Amino acid sequence: MIEVKDLHFTYPNGVEALRGVSLAISDGEFVAIMGQNGAGKTTLVKHFNGLLKPNKGEALVDGVSTKRVSVAQLARKVGFVFQNPDHQLFCETVEEEISFALRNFGFKETTIKRRVTWALNLLGLTQYRKTSPFMLSGGERKRVALASVLAWNPEVVILDEPTIGQDYQQKETLRQFIVQLNAQGKTVVVVTHDVEFVAECGPRVVLMLQGRILAEGKAEEVLTNLSLVAQASIVPPQITQTFLGLADLGLPTNVINVHDASRILLNLLEVTP
Amino acid sequence: MSVFDGFRFRRVSSPVHDLDPRVKFLYVCVVFAAAVMFSELLPLILLLLIQVPFILLAGVQRAWLRSLRGASFLALLIFVMNLVSMYLYQGQVLLEYSLGMTLRFLVLVESFSTFFLTTSPDQLSLALEQSHVPYEFSFAFTTAVRFVPVLAEEAQTIMDAQRARGLELERGNFIKRVKNYIPILIPLIVNAIRRSLELAEAMESRAWGATEKRTNLYVLKMRGGDYALALTSLSMLIIAVYIRLYIPIPSITTLVHL
Repeated sequence: MIEVKDLHFTYPNGVEALRGVSLAISDGEFVAIMGQNGAGKTTLVKHFNGLLKPNKGEALVDGVSTKRVSVAQLARKVGFVFQNPDHQLFCETVEEEISFALRNFGFKETTIKRRVTWALNLLGLTQYRKTSPFMLSGGERKRVALASVLAWNPEVVILDEPTIGQDYQQKETLRQFIVQLNAQGKTVVVVTHDVEFVAECGPRVVLMLQGRILAEGKAEEVLTNLSLVAQASIVPPQITQTFLGLADLGLPTNVINVHDASRILLNLLEVTP
Repeated sequence: MSVFDGFRFRRVSSPVHDLDPRVKFLYVCVVFAAAVMFSELLPLILLLLIQVPFILLAGVQRAWLRSLRGASFLALLIFVMNLVSMYLYQGQVLLEYSLGMTLRFLVLVESFSTFFLTTSPDQLSLALEQSHVPYEFSFAFTTAVRFVPVLAEEAQTIMDAQRARGLELERGNFIKRVKNYIPILIPLIVNAIRRSLELAEAMESRAWGATEKRTNLYVLKMRGGDYALALTSLSMLIIAVYIRLYIPIPSITTLVHL
């Protein structure tokens, strides 16, 4: 479990990124952290695996302060997929790229082979096993980055802006994949601007504003609260906007995804699905 | 990444910042020439000290101290190397000579960091351009300078990304530690090349180099302070050459024994 208490963090250049954030994420939870640029989202999640250490307050992973353990030890438990895959890919083949972390963690060669095959398969990259990651498309590189983290099977997966640069089809595949990961018991933390993506996933939403938590709650509560989302520079999902616009007709105002919307509309038309 | 902080220019105004960059460069060159002319301790101490008021006037003492701290390791290395090699060649410990060499290095670092700390990249490119350096060269130079902080920031992100994959930079013997930097350097270089190509495309799509003769919005103009500094620099150079040629410089050791 990850817990931060009254977290304060100021970058060496004087930018005060976090001003007292308290948040607890329990095992197996799915949390989306949202908010405008510079709200402190990435700074916050970088505390979850000890890349940043709090100036004030504390960050605990499984009850242990991140100040007391190394990033490498924490990374074993908390996997972090960075926004830009180009910031981490450096090997000659996709296979080596995925085994990099496994070698760092000291897995046995036979285990590494098995894990790599498993991760390649999981993300549909098997045909690129011997390809250079630099030859792949943006979406594929992103998947390699994701595979290279999932390969060591961390208990928590943090994804920083997973949907950027992905086309709709890829985004949908990725969404289903993440939901599936969570259903299998993994704790998932997503940092994103993509409101439609969040709406379809239906996680717990944490809204951040200027280094503080503005609000948190179920996706259908937070994303349909117009004053809240406006403060966080977010526009509600299109489906929500439609339903809010038709509220006069007696339609519910807390609809955020397509599935719920079609169910309600079908009921309204008195057609049994 | 504090080494790169010296390159992170902050726009401030001070009598030194407002000087013509060409004159400042002349001053730096004079200090450079003088430092290379002397290997005796006394004139080098003098050269180190005469720059201090300049730095205080510009108000960059903190950044300047930081860059000196960054240079301290190299300074120590120069000191030890000189001490050891002179001992091996001449069979005696030349403490004052080694100190002089170290001080010469520090004077060079001091003068160049003062120049870069008080001259914005824009001013620098203006100075190059109006000294009739071809625009392609001056542009390439200023772009390189301007991208150093960007690169430093990117290096930090890459380091974070690899540490999140269990890379421990500080682990292992010397060779292992050097090898640890491969996962950082490769993405950094690949991204730098990619960025430069993108920059070139973006520039060309905005008609870079379409006109042969460029005009500038700002034109550098010499003012009173600039003439004063130019004059001071030139007289410093003349005095330094005169002392070098005609006046024997006593070493500190003989001065102490007097």
